[in-house]
Amino acid sequence: MKKHGSAFTNISGIVRRELSGYFGSPVAYVFLVIFLLMAGFLTFTVGRFFERAEASLVSFFTWHPWMYLFLVPAVGMRLWSEERRLGTLELLLTLPVTLPQVIIGKFLASWIFLAIALALTCPVWLTVNVLGSPDNGAILTAYLGSLLLAGSFLAITSMTSAMTRNQAVSFILSVMICLLLVIAGYSPVTDLLTRWTSPAVVSAVASFSVMTHFDALQRGVIDLRDVGFFLSVIGFALFGNAVIVRGLRAG
Amino acid sequence: MIRVENLVKQFGAKRAVNGVSFSVERGEVLGLLGPNGAGKSTTMRIITGFYPATSGRVTVGGHDVALDPIRTKALIGYLPESAPSYGDMTVHGFLSFIADLRGLSGSAKKAAVHGAVETCLLDSVLYQPIDTLSKGYRHRTCLAQAILHDPDVLILDEPTDGLDPNQKHAARELIRRMGETKAIVFSTHILEEVEAACTRAVIIDRGSVVANGTPAELKARSVTAGCVRVTLAGTAPEAAVAQFGQLPGAARAELLPSDNGTQGRVTVRVYPQRDEAGAIGAAGAALTVAVAQAAQAGGWQVQALSTEEGRLEDVFRSITLPDTVAR
Repeated sequence: MKKHGSAFTNISGIVRRELSGYFGSPVAYVFLVIFLLMAGFLTFTVGRFFERAEASLVSFFTWHPWMYLFLVPAVGMRLWSEERRLGTLELLLTLPVTLPQVIIGKFLASWIFLAIALALTCPVWLTVNVLGSPDNGAILTAYLGSLLLAGSFLAITSMTSAMTRNQAVSFILSVMICLLLVIAGYSPVTDLLTRWTSPAVVSAVASFSVMTHFDALQRGVIDLRDVGFFLSVIGFALFGNAVIVRGLRAG
Repeated sequence: MIRVENLVKQFGAKRAVNGVSFSVERGEVLGLLGPNGAGKSTTMRIITGFYPATSGRVTVGGHDVALDPIRTKALIGYLPESAPSYGDMTVHGFLSFIADLRGLSGSAKKAAVHGAVETCLLDSVLYQPIDTLSKGYRHRTCLAQAILHDPDVLILDEPTDGLDPNQKHAARELIRRMGETKAIVFSTHILEEVEAACTRAVIIDRGSVVANGTPAELKARSVTAGCVRVTLAGTAPEAAVAQFGQLPGAARAELLPSDNGTQGRVTVRVYPQRDEAGAIGAAGAALTVAVAQAAQAGGWQVQALSTEEGRLEDVFRSITLPDTVAR
């Protein structure tokens, strides 16, 4: 009898467990409601969606980096810290699955959850289509950028979650790292920096920021370098995640 | 099935496991004994592939754990210490998840989950969240997870910890029964468990193996093994001790503290002579007969007479606490 599964069945098994974990608890629904309320509030009230009188979702997507800054760490903070606290990490890693399969499975499950949250914002898209005729290609690109942005923050959270048994610590660590990635390219900050250093240094720093790369996608421009940036942040953070989990066991 | 060779595990400055070697074949149940912090759990975590070894080698079913972790993990069922599980899942959901990751699907998965549930008596709580269960049920859920895929090798870290006496008994029976067809390693603090379920015991102290043998062999190493214990009536205690101490093959005799003198009964333990290796000679082996004859000659009434097997607890303490016991 074959007693271990393929990479695909292993990853999908982990994804299903994590997703059922999300939807099995009321926290997930609370999260979805907060996410949608915040998105609506920022878009319509703070972003002045109607006053702008534009057939675009700029006032919706502009706020995503700031929203994700807190909501994504809240979704991902328990990914590894909870396994460490409960001791189930020992169970999981003595099953016939590889560490990359576990990391990818956990990451994908949370990313799917965030994608569902994002998909539930479709009334905003419907609204703008009813009121005017926006560039739907650009909106789709912006949604893709938003998903990649969420994935980058999530991968960072997954990594910080492996560093500690304490969910709160993992939350704070990931908010701090994500905040750095946001403000490095946030124009009020970069404007400040240009007073002290050369523009070349500022733009080098800004190129490490998610804002720089998200801006282009948000405007509907698909540049492979921007997509590549987010994918490499995800790859790098998940690799760091693997190094940390391996380090836990090496002693 | 399991071969552990010269295993070493270093945590920073501390050497948790220091050159442990043993092997377990199919049909054997190996009890791993030792004081807290002796390196039992660490050894088991290395065998199951959770910790990499600092040096040394572990093979399970011919596969090296370090080189082929997936194939070895597929052969092993593991119950970690404190029996962790996902509290938010139901028992059925949890076992299904484990079955998925064990590569089981369809009817094979159904049969495996059903079998494990039946063996561990989880029927009544199948659809309850694990968080809401009592400690005994949670423990059994994790045990069910370990035996789900009918593994050739079982590694159980304190499988009876936190169970009530009935559950402990059932768990021991289960281990003994499964040990007939599998290779099992389990750790415990309870010495009677070793006698009840093990075919062999290994005692680990401070990271090293200090004893390895069947429970009977280990008990024979106890100072009281081979001693003759006799309860007499109608004699003065001093006379009996003096008389028995001089018998051929006897090293010395001592009065046991239990009901000395009361109601005229005296219990004496007579130690056999041992050579330098600790073996008992022919005269020592015939000591029981000699004691009985001496009692008859003295006109004392023998109420009880027995040869002691030795106690595992004495062996355990003398081996793992050499500093205090030897002096």
